[in-house]
Amino acid sequence: MKVIVQDGEFDPWKAVQDYQSENIAEGKHGASVTFIGSMRDFNDGVDDLSKMYLDHYPGMTEKHIERVCEDALNKWDVLDAFVVHRVGNIAPNDAIVLVAVWSEHRAMAFDACRFIINDLKHRAPFWKREANEDGERWVEGNTVDEVADQHSDMAKRAS
Amino acid sequence: MKIAIKYFASMRDTMGKANESVDISEKSSVADLWKAVTQNPMPENTLIAVNMEYTSSEHVLNEGDEVAFFPPVTGG
Repeated sequence: MKVIVQDGEFDPWKAVQDYQSENIAEGKHGASVTFIGSMRDFNDGVDDLSKMYLDHYPGMTEKHIERVCEDALNKWDVLDAFVVHRVGNIAPNDAIVLVAVWSEHRAMAFDACRFIINDLKHRAPFWKREANEDGERWVEGNTVDEVADQHSDMAKRAS
Repeated sequence: MKIAIKYFASMRDTMGKANESVDISEKSSVADLWKAVTQNPMPENTLIAVNMEYTSSEHVLNEGDEVAFFPPVTGG
């Protein structure tokens, strides 16, 4: 398991490939699920975003994500998890976050990856400040994962 | 006892500073600490961490604790 919080661009596809070749045993995983979050040039009614600054709480951010990954590894039968998250100045189309999970079968990897990114979006101490020609503003809330909510509702109805 | 405070994102803008150190009496809670630094009520959606762990405003502080106040997070 590895968590990287970094100021500076990264290529998520290369990061996954490098991590897998260095850390995941050949022939042991049947599924690898990756989530890559990128910066849009529109958000919440503003359609000309030119840049974004991502603030974080050094120390707590890393600690929090590491714990979430450990929770995912304990909760599901997955082989490994890898997270990279940008901080600092970000431009539209840049990758902001990568979550990659490897497991023997797909269901575990999908569930663990969704668990990590949803916790990261709602609990890990990061804050976005968006800018366009009119000025800058702190983003006030993250979008809700509607599918996760549907799954939760379905589970409640079934129980 | 001495407590280190950190403010992040919009909370930093509101407080006009990123951090400060405050002397408060023993057995003070996070809510007591907030009252010691500002007369304004704590915004309802404020998140609190003590020594980098999420907690509530009832949390009782100890000498040397690091307390952080910040708005809802927006990473990912």
